[in-house]
Amino acid sequence: MSDDRKLTYAQAFNEAVSQMMEADPDVFCAGEDIGAFGGVFGTFAGLQAKFGEKRVVDTPISEQAIVGLGVGASVTGLRPIVDLMFMDFICVAFDQIVNQAAKLKYMFGGDATLPMTITTAGGGGLSAAAQHSQSLEALLCHIPGLKVVMPSNPYDMKGLMISCIKENNPTVMIKHKRLLGMSAPVPTEAYGIPLGKGNIIRPGKDVTIVAYARMANEALIAAKELAEDGIDCEIIDPRTLQPLDSDLLIDSAKKTNRVLVAQEAVRFGGLGAEIASQIQELAFDYLDAPVSRIGAPFSPVPFSPALESHYIPDSKSIVKGVRDVMARR
Amino acid sequence: MDFSSAKQFDLHRRMVRIRLFEEAAGRLAEANKLPGFLHLYVGEEAVASGVCGALNDDDHITSTHRGHGHLVAKGGDFNRMMAELMGKSTGYCKGKGGSMHISDTSLGMLGANGIVGAGSPIAVGAAFANKYRGKGQVAVAFFGDGSTNIGAFHEAANMACALHLPIVFACENNEYGEFTPRDKTMAITDVVDRAAGYGMPGVIVDGMDVIAVHEAAVEAVERARQGGGPSMIEAKTYRFYNHHGVQNLGLKYRSDEEVAVWKLRDPIFTFEDRMIENGVATRANFDDIWAELRADIDTAIQFAEDSPYPTPDQILVNVYTSMTGAN
Repeated sequence: MSDDRKLTYAQAFNEAVSQMMEADPDVFCAGEDIGAFGGVFGTFAGLQAKFGEKRVVDTPISEQAIVGLGVGASVTGLRPIVDLMFMDFICVAFDQIVNQAAKLKYMFGGDATLPMTITTAGGGGLSAAAQHSQSLEALLCHIPGLKVVMPSNPYDMKGLMISCIKENNPTVMIKHKRLLGMSAPVPTEAYGIPLGKGNIIRPGKDVTIVAYARMANEALIAAKELAEDGIDCEIIDPRTLQPLDSDLLIDSAKKTNRVLVAQEAVRFGGLGAEIASQIQELAFDYLDAPVSRIGAPFSPVPFSPALESHYIPDSKSIVKGVRDVMARR
Repeated sequence: MDFSSAKQFDLHRRMVRIRLFEEAAGRLAEANKLPGFLHLYVGEEAVASGVCGALNDDDHITSTHRGHGHLVAKGGDFNRMMAELMGKSTGYCKGKGGSMHISDTSLGMLGANGIVGAGSPIAVGAAFANKYRGKGQVAVAFFGDGSTNIGAFHEAANMACALHLPIVFACENNEYGEFTPRDKTMAITDVVDRAAGYGMPGVIVDGMDVIAVHEAAVEAVERARQGGGPSMIEAKTYRFYNHHGVQNLGLKYRSDEEVAVWKLRDPIFTFEDRMIENGVATRANFDDIWAELRADIDTAIQFAEDSPYPTPDQILVNVYTSMTGAN
């Protein structure tokens, strides 16, 4: 197979799951509509036909029990992938995620290993309104014991998903709904991308943009426009939000001296706040401007396209954010 | 079912171990020697003992906030349990969990749990893994009457039945959810009425009678082991001490008469009388057993008191499983 074979983001996820299920008989999937139906976003398409009903399990609409299934099966030796259809539904399962999955190992003094992956679909842009569009990653990143991954492209999706499945800790893989159809070259072989390692997706010297998931792609568009005005943006995609590749961010801040963080989530209390705080603590003397943040307004995600298109940050808001950061003297 | 004298002594021993451990823990708590919360299992010993007596070492159980009895009944070690209650580094959880998270995965005991109802979904996961491996292991979810009012329980019971998993739902109905009587929090008298709603059989047993509990457990566990799916056992029982601690600040939510009536049905003493009546044991046998196990408790207290506390450098240990060389 040639190196430039293209897969969509959704297909890259599917191939990672399929290859890991082939490699390890202890890997199984469970979730709502993931069997014959293949998942509401098609990310599990064909897996039940390939691996059977024993290993690709349709569950009741029971998010607490779905995550509990993953907790109990992983702590007794399997390697579950449990799917929560929409990220908003983590709220239904929050006890099992936060009080059980994340804490069992610690509470048991180390006498437990939970190699489980929770997969879900986050982000807005589909007019799915306030209960099917959220970016709640900050809630998860706040919980010791969890790892949180948000890929921005098909290549990272496959590599990060393989690493999530191999990971011996509870990991949350957040697929962005608006990236599912994004197509790009993806190697056919199984490969991992280390969790906790960010990526400089565009090197530059004037300003650092930290952006993940869909915002990383918006940042690339913004950087092109800014380059025409002679502003050379460095874009860092952390890829994993917990653990966060702080060293990469700090090094870039020290180099460019100006930083903008772009997130789709509500700005208040988001990952951008944590990143900005770390940079000012560890690179304060290098900064020529305050670390700035782009994020959604402090409201639920609105339904109407006329509202949602203004609500979710995009390349235009990133361009404006960078110009503001550059204007500081 | 007829049970051998060896099995009767086994069930009796499990109950006495629980009683002695819990009485000792209560005394230590009253002497301010145990940090944190303490939920004692005294009075309910027949349930954990009768059920765990029907399990193999590689079967799994999930527990509740009142979890010491389940760990003892599954074979828990007094020394490590007592050390954990004192927050010592030699405890089951190295001082990270305490009473409410005491566990031993090597015994298949997947943790006491501070969240009411949270153990049942985890037991479903263990049962799923057991069915997946196909080695005949089963899982038991212990839970109280109060936890059948929380969503997680219903999701777990329904999913277990939908997936036809090898699991037993073992309800300890002690008639109180913390300090509130059952009839204020549910409109049914028998929790087992709920079993039919999920499509599983259920039985009510006298939770003060270890043989009755054990008979029901053997049947339910064998059903699960043979591929017959989930079932529920409701054991009618009673906690002799309070929800939390021993006297619990003198709160009066149960009458002295009610407590006294239940204490007349003490699961250990009534069973001892029966074993003597049936010629299975003598009073001297029991005196020896209590003396032997009391010595074990004394040893455990000494072990725990002599053990070091964990050092502050342990705070960040075991948040994650180390993945050195992975990825």
